[in-house]
Amino acid sequence: MTINDLNTILPLVVLAGWSVVVLLADLWIPKDRKGWTAALSAVGLVVVLGLTLARGGTVQKAFFGTVLVDGFALYLDIIFLVGGLAGIALAYDYLKRMELERGEYYPLLLIAISGMMLMTYANDLIIVFLALELLSLPLYIMAGFARFNLQSEEAALKYFLLGSFASGLVLYGVALLFGASGHTDLPGLVNTMRAGTGNQALFLFGAALLLVGFSFKTGIVPFHMWMPDVYQGAPSPATAFMSVGAKAAGFAALMRVFVTVFPSLSDDLTPILWALAAITMVVGNVLAISQKNIKRLLAYSSIAQSGYLLMAFVPYANAEVSSDSIAAMLFYLLAYTLTTFGAWAVIIQMEQQERRGLEVADYAGLGKRHPWLGLAMTIFMLSFTGVPLTLGFWGKFYLFSTAVEGGFVGLALIGLLTSVVSAFYYLRVVVVMYMQPGDPPVKQNRWVNLTALLAAAVVVGLAFIPGSVLDLALQAVLQLQ
Amino acid sequence: MPLAYYIGLSAVMFILGIMGVLLRRNALVVFMSLELIFNSANLLFITFASYYQLLAGQIMVFFVMTVAAAEVAVGLALMVEIFRTKNTINIDQMSQMKG
Repeated sequence: MTINDLNTILPLVVLAGWSVVVLLADLWIPKDRKGWTAALSAVGLVVVLGLTLARGGTVQKAFFGTVLVDGFALYLDIIFLVGGLAGIALAYDYLKRMELERGEYYPLLLIAISGMMLMTYANDLIIVFLALELLSLPLYIMAGFARFNLQSEEAALKYFLLGSFASGLVLYGVALLFGASGHTDLPGLVNTMRAGTGNQALFLFGAALLLVGFSFKTGIVPFHMWMPDVYQGAPSPATAFMSVGAKAAGFAALMRVFVTVFPSLSDDLTPILWALAAITMVVGNVLAISQKNIKRLLAYSSIAQSGYLLMAFVPYANAEVSSDSIAAMLFYLLAYTLTTFGAWAVIIQMEQQERRGLEVADYAGLGKRHPWLGLAMTIFMLSFTGVPLTLGFWGKFYLFSTAVEGGFVGLALIGLLTSVVSAFYYLRVVVVMYMQPGDPPVKQNRWVNLTALLAAAVVVGLAFIPGSVLDLALQAVLQLQ
Repeated sequence: MPLAYYIGLSAVMFILGIMGVLLRRNALVVFMSLELIFNSANLLFITFASYYQLLAGQIMVFFVMTVAAAEVAVGLALMVEIFRTKNTINIDQMSQMKG
């Protein structure tokens, strides 16, 4: 390890160090001033965001090639860091209102983000595993943060048991790949695959276990059972943060590992990915229809979104299409991040003590009483559905068109049809907000408001310049290979 | 002993672990099964490390053991917490949320 190595991953070092500093500093911050902890964490994130942007997307390797920094990492890191800022903005008032205000929340969030960033740098399966654990462990604690609330504790335990199970599968997969080739570093694995010297059966088993493990993490059917319960039980800001962070990091790992290492296994893997994407889109959207609790509804919606994201993976081995489809996936991740944080910001303002105000029926009258919030929520629901003039539309447009380009017309059709189905439950929220009478109590807070309105503005604003956003994503991908 | 014995033992441990996670109802036993899965992977790493004469596999085991220890801290804390409020850690009785 030299100073150069540390310099290459400077943003990560600063973030991890800062999270420990904040954790310690929090001990001296009095109980009624926990806003200081939130502010310190936010400052840290802004500094790290600045460092990340300043470094740019030049390709650099460090720590004997186990860590690789490139445009792909840059793109995702920006999503994670901005997501972390949104996560703090959403959490601050909520924790105070629900009497959960304890300072650990913010350092835990910072540690989770350092795990996510490490995941985007990973160029070695050991790092993939360590990053996976580094991001998961704080999320388990955050899910159970509402102590003595049974729903939250249950959510945390379920998330912990299934999350560790997924990590165990990933680990066994890594062990098998190591056995097949004698390598854990991605370039070494790639060379063994190209030369065809490794044990093919072990390779295939290892790849399948990695796929199953990450499917658990990203919520792909049939490995999604934990998601609705965890999303409903966890405190809402924690849910918002994990639904973006854990998913994006899981897909980042899948992208990096599968696209670089396993193209030659595509004969076996492509049909499986096809089937997984199709079932996930269908099951997620169909089960969401009957949900009455908005957190559960968004959980099933998030499962369905995983299906759309996975769609971009299906042509991963086709070199001509894969860079386009992965750019489409990165684009969709951005749209998903903005829309998700926005929607959760509205939910958090609606949530009352003892978990009231979380039914869809509670949204009656929101559109008339609080026109701005109503408008923002409408934009998010339309963006999730994929209606034109929102970022979500362009996300789905690029995803479906690359699927067709790769020759998977059937899959694109399934995506299109399930999007129509999804309109049913997303628009139901809008109908309830505007058409039914009611006067929902709303706990306004400027930071949460700011997140909701900013997200809404960006979702609509970027929809006018989708080409330049896609260019950014395309640049990010070109440096992946 | 031939390589296949070690791989076989590791596979048996892995499958026992998976069955434990899927079939047992006590959260603590499920957690022990998870540790079994981690250790089956460790055995595989050590086996291949000695087969290829590579240190990387052995180092990975140290990482895994450290991570598993961190996981124990979080997992046991969650279980103690839930036992205090509910007086049971049977996962069949964790059905607060439905839909």
